[in-house]
Parts: sequence; C-alpha cells; structure tokens
Amino acid sequence: MPTPDPAARLEEQIDRWRSFLRRRRAIHATDVAELEDHLREQVAALTDGGLDAEEAFLVAVKRMGAMDDLSREFALEHSDRLWKQLVVSSGDGAEAAGARKDAIVAFGLAAAAAVAIKVPALFGLQMERDAAFYVRNASLFVLPLLTGYFAWKRGLDARTIGWLAAAFVAAAVFANVYPFQAQVPGSGANDPGYTELLTALHLPIALLLVVGIAYAGGRWRDVAGRMDFIRFSGELFIYYVLIALGGGVLTGLMAMTFQSIGVDVEAFFQSWLLPCGAAGAVLVASWLVEAKQSVIENMAPVLTRLFTPLFAAVLVTFLATLVFTGRGVQIERNVLIAFDLLLVVVLGLLLYSVSAREPGAPPGLFDWMQVVLVVSALLADAVALWAIAARISEFGFTPNRVAALGENVVLLVNLAWSAVLYLRFLGGRGAFARLEKWQTDYLPVYAAWAAVVVIVFPPAFGYV
Amino acid sequence: MEINKDLIAASSTPIVLAILAEEDSYGYAILQRVQELSGGRMEWTDGMLYPVLHRLERHGFVEARWETAENGRRRKYYSITSAGREQLAEEHRQWEAVDATLRSLWSALRDSLPAAGAAGSGPLPQGA
Repeated sequence: MPTPDPAARLEEQIDRWRSFLRRRRAIHATDVAELEDHLREQVAALTDGGLDAEEAFLVAVKRMGAMDDLSREFALEHSDRLWKQLVVSSGDGAEAAGARKDAIVAFGLAAAAAVAIKVPALFGLQMERDAAFYVRNASLFVLPLLTGYFAWKRGLDARTIGWLAAAFVAAAVFANVYPFQAQVPGSGANDPGYTELLTALHLPIALLLVVGIAYAGGRWRDVAGRMDFIRFSGELFIYYVLIALGGGVLTGLMAMTFQSIGVDVEAFFQSWLLPCGAAGAVLVASWLVEAKQSVIENMAPVLTRLFTPLFAAVLVTFLATLVFTGRGVQIERNVLIAFDLLLVVVLGLLLYSVSAREPGAPPGLFDWMQVVLVVSALLADAVALWAIAARISEFGFTPNRVAALGENVVLLVNLAWSAVLYLRFLGGRGAFARLEKWQTDYLPVYAAWAAVVVIVFPPAFGYV
Repeated sequence: MEINKDLIAASSTPIVLAILAEEDSYGYAILQRVQELSGGRMEWTDGMLYPVLHRLERHGFVEARWETAENGRRRKYYSITSAGREQLAEEHRQWEAVDATLRSLWSALRDSLPAAGAAGSGPLPQGA
C-alpha cells in the first residue's frame, strides 16, 4: 500500500535499506549509521537539485554501490569481523548493559563459589584431613550458586525457588547425616567409604536436575526447554574442560617460575588455587555458554559428528573380533563400570547429535551411523551383562556392583528404546521428534536413580 | 571520462589525507570535495570511501569521532593525525616522482607520435 506522504515513504525506504545492510556481517551497526548519514545527505542534496524524494533515494542508493561489493570491501578491511567474536560489554544500549550486568553477576557468583569452598575451613574442616566431607559435599558448594544464577537470570517465581532450595537442603541433609564408615577400618580413618563415594558421585547427577529446572525457567515441561538444557550441559562440559586445560597451563607455569626463586607454591595450589578455581570455573563456564550461545557454533554436536563414525567402527570391530576369536568377556571387578562408561559415551554421542539435528530433515547416512553405533553398543553390553549375570552370585552384591548394575539397566533401557525409535524414523514410520521427546523425558530417570543411590544405598549397605 | 579502478584505489590515500589536511571532514563532504576538485572526472562509488577511511584509521593516519551535526544527526568526523601528515608527505614525494616521469614521457611522445594530440589527453583518433 503506497504511503501518500513522501517523507514517511522515504523513511520507510531508508529503514528497509538499513535492515538489508545490517544483515551483512562485515558491516557493523556504527558503519551502518555512518553510511546512513551519507545516504541522507545525498538524498537531501539531490532533492535540492530538483529530484523528488523517491528518485533521490534511488540515485543515492545506486551511488552508494552494490551491497555485495560494499560488503566485500568492508570484509577486506575488517576481515576479523568474519570470525564470530564474543564481545562482552562493548558499545552502549540496553542490550550491552544487560550483558554487562550478566557478566558481573556471573563473576560475582563465581567468586562466591570460590569462597564457599573455603568456608568449612573456618570451622576446622581441613581439606586433606576431612577429604570425605569435601568429596561428599563438592556439588553443594557450586550447584546452588549456579541454580541461583539461572533463577536470577530467568526471573523464577518465589515458589519455584522455594522448591529448588528445598531440594538442596534435602541433598545437604542426606549427604551429611548418615554415619558413613571409612573404607578400610584401620588404614587412614578418613578415606571415604564405598557408599560414601557413591553418594559423592551420584549427588551431582541428582542435583543437575535441579539446575536444569532453573535453567529451563518454566519451560521444563516442554521438550524444547529440556532439550535446551541438554545443549547447555554439553557446551558447559566442553567449556569446563577448556578452562581446566588453561588452568593447568597457568599452574604449571606458576610452579616453574616460583620454583626458580626457591618458593614452593604447592601448598597454596593444593588448598587454594585448585579447589577455588574448580568451583568458580563452573559458573564462569556457564556464563560463557550463555553469552556465546548465539555467537559461536555449538561444539558438542561438532564433536559427536567427528566421533560417532569412529566409535561405531571401534564397536563393530570389537563385536566382529568377539565372534571370530570366540573369546569371552574377562570378568573382572571393574568390567561392569567399563561397560557403563561405554554406554554413557554412546548415549552422549546420541544425545548431542539428536540435540543438533534438524527434526524435519530426511534420514541420512549419519543417522544410519548412529543406529549402528547404538545397536553395536547394546550388543556389546548384552555380552558383558550375560557374562556377569552368570557369576554375579559368586561375586556378591557389593554397593558398587549394584550401583553399576542399576546404571547399566537405566542406560540400556534408554538406548534400546532409542534404537527402536530411530529405526522407526529411518523406516519412515515415526517422526524424529519422538526420539527427542524420549530423550528429554528420560532426564528425570537419571536423577531419580542417582537419588536412590544417595538416599537408599547407605542404610541398605550398612554405611560401609 | 572513467578512471580505472586501480588508479582510483592507489590515489585514494593521498587524496583523502590531503582533504583532511585542509580541515576535519566527514564522508559525504570528502566525496563532494573530490568531485569539486576533479571537475567531476573522478567518480568514486560512495560506499567505497568508508572502507578506505577505516583503513586509514587502523593505520593511525586519521582519527574518528562522533559528533552531532547541525541538522541533529550523529555524524562521524575524521581528522588527520601527525602520522597521517607524515604519510601524506611521503605519498606526495612518491606521486611527484611518478608524475615527473610521466610528464617527461608525455612530452617525448608528443614529439614522435602526432596521434597523441596536443594536450596529451582524449581518445586516440581512429586509424591513426
């Protein structure tokens, strides 16, 4: 519909021109402002020369040059702009102010986590002497603050926050009221016992659900909300590993330089830098994932793309070797844990490629690769389980073994049904969204099992 | 008359620096000045001036600042720096050398090639 007023029509055209220009990555907003000033000046000069606004606009745009050429010239001059950069708190405006505030809160909470881990020392709990206490409570120093960050960021209502806080209080109670026994009575009385270690390992898994609910911020009931949390968790892991590597380089250099002047920093490193850094890094990594979400490609799906074919090849070769050599699985104490880890890795590969797959895309070669991976992992695990089942009574039901068995069942059920859903999808008899829903629906199961291990196992096994 | 792209690209640095040496200016006014000085013979595509200005800024030859123009719009002004003046002096020397060489050539050619025309400009007459 034509606008009668030429001035308004001109503004409309300039708006459209500006929005086209903004889409060019090499041309930043300030450049667009500069070019717009030029365009307006040119239009004004041309209208003074007798052209009407519409003609003047067309001539001015033409003189500005083709947008592709312009974009290319800017890209040549500013080649750095073609790399997506994480620019924190630059420029002005509400968006930048929001980003700055976000960063301040995140780093404040990171500092709080670093302090929190040292607070028990004020009450006489030494990191070396009371290792068991620290191991049991490690997640409680960090995850409440992370949950707090998301509660603040998503603006959760007081009721939800209350429930989340209650979950943490319950976790703290279960981690600390049980009278855990030391591992081997008589040998260094402060090494954590079996059920104590299980609590330490499973508490974070259970509490991740709480973090997830805060992260999803009211969207936890949606598949998309939970899927976002899955994406977040993958990126968080990668960022944390990267930060840890950087921290390793830092401490290595620190140790070397201080050694050269004869100062031993190991004590400082052990009791301050490592625990405080490890705690704070969780929050910094989370903030990074949030801040760069729309800036940089997700890494977890890229890595799964890279490793899915490799893991599939290894597993298929393993199964083939098993069949041709006729060897049985060596039943050792830790074989179940090894196969649990295998299933965890396979599940991770599946989960993070599902999280990045375009649901509407037709089945492709990579989807078949996924199915091969999952099915071969299931077969390998079945072989191991069968071998173990035959001799489980001989070994006895220790807490570790029961926990490992339970984990195996949890993962096996997930992967088996995933394989069925994937095959249905590949056969054209089901939507890919079913698989997404299955995976996101399954998240509470991990937390539930972990909670069972934390709450039921210690009394059931006599706190050994 | 259309001047080829390479020549425009090569001459853009001294031209822009020299204009900014006269006084601080902004994109549109710089282009106006080029037009005025060349009698309309140097046709720059407007948008291409800006990457040139940004390159000069990156090299530290010019400095930019945002100001509010008399019409109330935000406008980016450029001014030459002392490094820019040195660069301009250097460009000046180089262009004079090129110019002197070409002048000698033009006058030598004028004697031997009648087709080059009196002023040494304009297209060659056909069949010369």
